[in-house]
Amino acid sequence: MSDATTVLLCGVGGQGTVLAADLLARAALGSGHAVKVSEIHGMAQRGGAVTTVVRFGSDVRSMVCDPGCADVVVSFETTEALRNVAFLKRGGRLLVADETIVPLPVACGTASMPEDARGQLAALGALLIPATQLAREAGTAKAGNVVLLGALSTALDFPRAAWEAAIVARVPEKTVEANLAAFRSGAAFAGGEGGGAR
Amino acid sequence: MELMSGNEAIAQGAWEAGARVGVAYPGTPSTETLEAFALKEGVYAEWCVNEKVALEVGLGASAAGARVLATMKHVGVNVAADPLFTAAYTGVGGGMVVLAADDPGMYSSQNEQDSHYYARAAQVPMLDPADAAEALLFTREAYGLSERFDVPVFIRSSVRVSHTKTPVEPGPRTEAPHREYASDPAKWVMMPAFAKPRRKVQIKRVEALRAWAEECPYNRVERRGGAVGVVCAGSAYQHVAEALPDASIFKLGCTWPLPARALRDFAASVEALYVVEEASEYLAEQVRALGIDVAAFPAGLPLDGELSPGAVRAAFGLAAPEHHEAPAGLPARPPALCPGCPHRLVFKELARMKAIVTGDIGCYTLGALPPLSAMDTCVDMGASVSMAHGFELALAGTEHRPVVAVIGDSTFAHSGLSSLVSTVYNRGGGTVCILDNRTTAMTGRQGNPFNGETLQKRPSRELDMEGVLRALGIEDVRTVDPWDMKAVRRALKEAVAADALSVIVFRRPCVLLERVREAPYAVGEACTACGACVTLGCPAIAKDAETGRASIDAALCIGCGQCSQYCAFSAISSSAVLPNGGTADAAASPSTRSRSVDGGLRAEARGASAIPRISGTGETLADLGGPVAGCGGNAAGAKGGAHE
Repeated sequence: MSDATTVLLCGVGGQGTVLAADLLARAALGSGHAVKVSEIHGMAQRGGAVTTVVRFGSDVRSMVCDPGCADVVVSFETTEALRNVAFLKRGGRLLVADETIVPLPVACGTASMPEDARGQLAALGALLIPATQLAREAGTAKAGNVVLLGALSTALDFPRAAWEAAIVARVPEKTVEANLAAFRSGAAFAGGEGGGAR
Repeated sequence: MELMSGNEAIAQGAWEAGARVGVAYPGTPSTETLEAFALKEGVYAEWCVNEKVALEVGLGASAAGARVLATMKHVGVNVAADPLFTAAYTGVGGGMVVLAADDPGMYSSQNEQDSHYYARAAQVPMLDPADAAEALLFTREAYGLSERFDVPVFIRSSVRVSHTKTPVEPGPRTEAPHREYASDPAKWVMMPAFAKPRRKVQIKRVEALRAWAEECPYNRVERRGGAVGVVCAGSAYQHVAEALPDASIFKLGCTWPLPARALRDFAASVEALYVVEEASEYLAEQVRALGIDVAAFPAGLPLDGELSPGAVRAAFGLAAPEHHEAPAGLPARPPALCPGCPHRLVFKELARMKAIVTGDIGCYTLGALPPLSAMDTCVDMGASVSMAHGFELALAGTEHRPVVAVIGDSTFAHSGLSSLVSTVYNRGGGTVCILDNRTTAMTGRQGNPFNGETLQKRPSRELDMEGVLRALGIEDVRTVDPWDMKAVRRALKEAVAADALSVIVFRRPCVLLERVREAPYAVGEACTACGACVTLGCPAIAKDAETGRASIDAALCIGCGQCSQYCAFSAISSSAVLPNGGTADAAASPSTRSRSVDGGLRAEARGASAIPRISGTGETLADLGGPVAGCGGNAAGAKGGAHE
């Protein structure tokens, strides 16, 4: 019987959800879990809405996430957070980058943005994270996704070393320090140390 | 342990089995398989122009003794079906494995056909991994199976196997035993005299395969409760195992042929036997054909789309967990052509001239979506050209809108070329637009004959597109820079006015190829909120909900300047020219734009120098039938010719 923990990452094609999912999966693997990471490639990547599912535990079966089944939803964008809120388990964590990307139908004037997305998200218990700002302060504006992982780390029990090893293994060498700082910053923002006791 | 996608694991399995030759045409969700294989030691891998060619190259290499990997998406199997069915007569030399990667849910495909039917129809055994570890194991073992039974073997995957990363234990490569080629016409020359005996060989082989299937180590029973038994394979197995912890499961690793006796025994061991499969009835039909009663789901299993544990539970009438509902009325976020995409203006102009546009497969299929909304059909690779000819035949002798086919460079090489030969041969008319962005963009920018890049970076040559078109006898061939609105408009206007078949090559590299970025454009005070620029569907341009005025997101804008050419009020200009975003200076923008083109057109030297350009200098707005301002594209186009 599957005992998997499910993290759904969502955002807009090109925002870096795939890299974030990869780092999360490596951290899970490094923490001794079985892991599945399910991505969508192809047409959806052209600026469309994207989701990536990471599941880990001692026994992981399905690689997809049904409504009401995600322990954590990490959204890179506020509208996508609202779109994917149905996947969140009751009592699950909702971590959202405080950033909004206007979809093309809104830009063209044929649809409108949700009213008070931040208020709606707050009402759902979301933690809104100024990811790009924190990343910039850490040394690279591109590490917004790693800031979100830092916040995510407070909801999971991976050892800190597993996260750091994943980051070191995967990001360009000259940005390692900035990414590690971004990770710590995200963890601190979410009110934790970023990882378990170590 | 390494995290590997199913596609990477298939490549690893082929490599471990000693496969030496890899062949494919890219297609989601199969593409990364051959890309991963190509990076391995001691292999040769190539992109072929299409899947039929790939399978034939592979079959030749197999006949000569090499172990071969051929990969394709599900609709690619349609293209390869002709050689495949007869390869099931000839059999193989070195082991031959064919990946058929299905796309239930149609994330990036025009249909969700089930490749299992091909295994059954061609009588080619099919292995169905459920994760990356199985993908590696099944692929590696498939080579021995192929050689033992003298037949190609299918590996079947789906999006959720190909694109799901799971831990895998990679192993070393075992060099395949050398198989000497010796002429054997009775095996390889499939004319009736030889094919008839090979058909009998095939029938005997199927008997042997059915016997093997009973003992196949990749089929297994997971015994749990006795009330419900489920037969399933691939990713559906994972969903079933999660959704129904009390059910007994017959997990098929080989989905053709089926193990008749083992399935009958399993069916007899449970009170009710169900078959769970994705977007298909293949497996249920095959199990029923064995005389096994297949139970109906209490609440029905969807016939289309992907499955999930929730969908399996719902089929059995089990409750879904409580959850929030997404707020109603959220704006959709469809994919769109990138900022600076060289396809954009072509679709804008086709919509403007109210053409009937037969489209094709690639990024440019996005031209069908609002606000461009400039595509009437999209069916399969190459269909744009042949369907345009069909439209012309049916509309002949009537007053009709111009018929224009739109096809990408790689798709043109794949099968548009043969369609065009047929149109020329039958003296068809109409206009064909080849959107030559110098790459196979949608699948991740692979090489193709028209950009002359090969999978393993071996030397190649660019196929001379205009030369090929002229050699076919097409007299009206023009080359146009698709960032230049005047030139695009004029070329289309002239081409559709002529009775004879015309081809316009719109050539400019995909913006993702070289990531050229110029200073972004900005909207100045002169904006009248007319909304014209917004109809280009550029993700960088937005319309203010209240004032209706346009704005450009400097972070997304790559400085292509296409929008500025659509502004009748000269309100859009490069911020490099006017850093404060003031009123546009039409005379100033060409210099900035031509610089970007210098960088962007590195690959287009031959086309640019060989083809007379329709330079727009001296045209009036009235000639072009619409407003235009700040257009610097012609200067840019002329510049391109200087690059050799």
